[in-house]
Amino acid sequence: MNLREFSCACYNSILFFFVLQVRELRFLDWNSMSFTVDSGQCLGLSGQSGSGKTLLLRAIADLDLNHGEVSIRDKKRSSFSGPNWRKKIGYLPAESKWWHSLVGQHFDNTENFSPEDFGFSNASIIESEVDKLSSGEKQRLALARLLSGLPEVLLLDEPTANLDPHNTNLVEGLVNDYRNKHGAAVIWVAHNESQLVRVSQTRLLMKNKSLLSYEN
Amino acid sequence: MKINSEEIITLSNDRIILAGLLILVLGFFTWRSDLDVAKPLLVSSLRMVIQLFLIGLILVYIFSINHPLLVLLIGLIMLLVAGREVSARQKYSIKGLWSYGIGTCSMFVSSFAVSIFGLLAIIRAENWWDPRYAIPVLGMLLGNTMTAVALSIDRFTANVWNDREMIEARLIIGETSRVAIKDIVRDSLRSGLMPVINSMAIAGIVSLPGMMTGQILAGNSPNDAVRYQIVIWLLIAVGCGFGSMIAVKMVSTKLFDDRERLRIDRISLKSLN
Repeated sequence: MNLREFSCACYNSILFFFVLQVRELRFLDWNSMSFTVDSGQCLGLSGQSGSGKTLLLRAIADLDLNHGEVSIRDKKRSSFSGPNWRKKIGYLPAESKWWHSLVGQHFDNTENFSPEDFGFSNASIIESEVDKLSSGEKQRLALARLLSGLPEVLLLDEPTANLDPHNTNLVEGLVNDYRNKHGAAVIWVAHNESQLVRVSQTRLLMKNKSLLSYEN
Repeated sequence: MKINSEEIITLSNDRIILAGLLILVLGFFTWRSDLDVAKPLLVSSLRMVIQLFLIGLILVYIFSINHPLLVLLIGLIMLLVAGREVSARQKYSIKGLWSYGIGTCSMFVSSFAVSIFGLLAIIRAENWWDPRYAIPVLGMLLGNTMTAVALSIDRFTANVWNDREMIEARLIIGETSRVAIKDIVRDSLRSGLMPVINSMAIAGIVSLPGMMTGQILAGNSPNDAVRYQIVIWLLIAVGCGFGSMIAVKMVSTKLFDDRERLRIDRISLKSLN
């Protein structure tokens, strides 16, 4: 290894530590935001309704007009097309949407999906009709759909809002396992204080159109 | 070839007024039964009479001058009016001048280009721009393809608007905009083409097309009239298809930006009168 390769490798290993890097991200009239999420870490994001938590997730996923730099493992967002970027950023909206009639039609591949991991006793849930599912079932399947694409970052917008305590527990465990196994970075938006304490290692608060460090 | 040596019967003013009286009778009954169409019915009848008398005068003038630039000028005016009409018929339209540009551009392809092809390659008059052929052909293409283009744009923007959450959900999981709106595009093109497909299917059985009727009334042999009508219908179908495809393509390009975000903010909702 020559010197140049060596310095390159060092540089990469330092930056690889940050899976998600957000620098001076601006949208609408919100103040500019900068933060990083390390490999395998979860950032808990709280704030009142309407404070802009969802807008932040949407800006990172490049769904609305925004300015600033976002990168995954030191690869800048601008080097990806919009759709390819969104495949790497697994954004889970608060309400899941389904457009085909059967669940399985929404999955690119169902090989990695095991129904029992997501709390389904029915192994053929993948062949069922979307219209016959409850909102809680849809929410868990939306997470399954998201994880089946193996994203490097997860942006979760109230992922357990429609779930009972048992399934809430299950989803928290699934996300934990996923980020540990894949070294993924997670941003978890929730109103439930005790949940954020359970699932996240670092915390941020959205208030007055700014991202603030979280203090009790 | 005239099969009838007799002069065509001229419809004098009093005979036209007789037809006009019928409209007044209809207007009276619709007004009596509160149908709210009496006024628009009379206004558009009057507009039609004035516009047609005017175009009659203009055509007599153009035929006597017989100059290609004059034909081009009239053609351009017809095109611009058709483009405006297409954009005016949309319930949801693209903001700004783009709406007009998209309408005019797709009408250019669907009518202007197809007419020029028809005149040069199929009709092959001595002067291909001869106003006796060029203006009726262009007029018929504009009139028929305008409906198709307006319908498909209208269907497309309305469906994108209604399904905006679904489209965005598909973009979120990393689908390209092309895949996310594929079903909507297909649906809009189908609704644009359906009228011309239906008309062709019943042509000659249920309805006698206007151009053919006109030629027969003017004393031409039905055989000649049919041949013209066939060519015109085929050109109209081609114009409707390409016009709708280009219109939908242009609208969809405006609705997504370079990052393939759905830019629903570029649609404006206006009320149709």
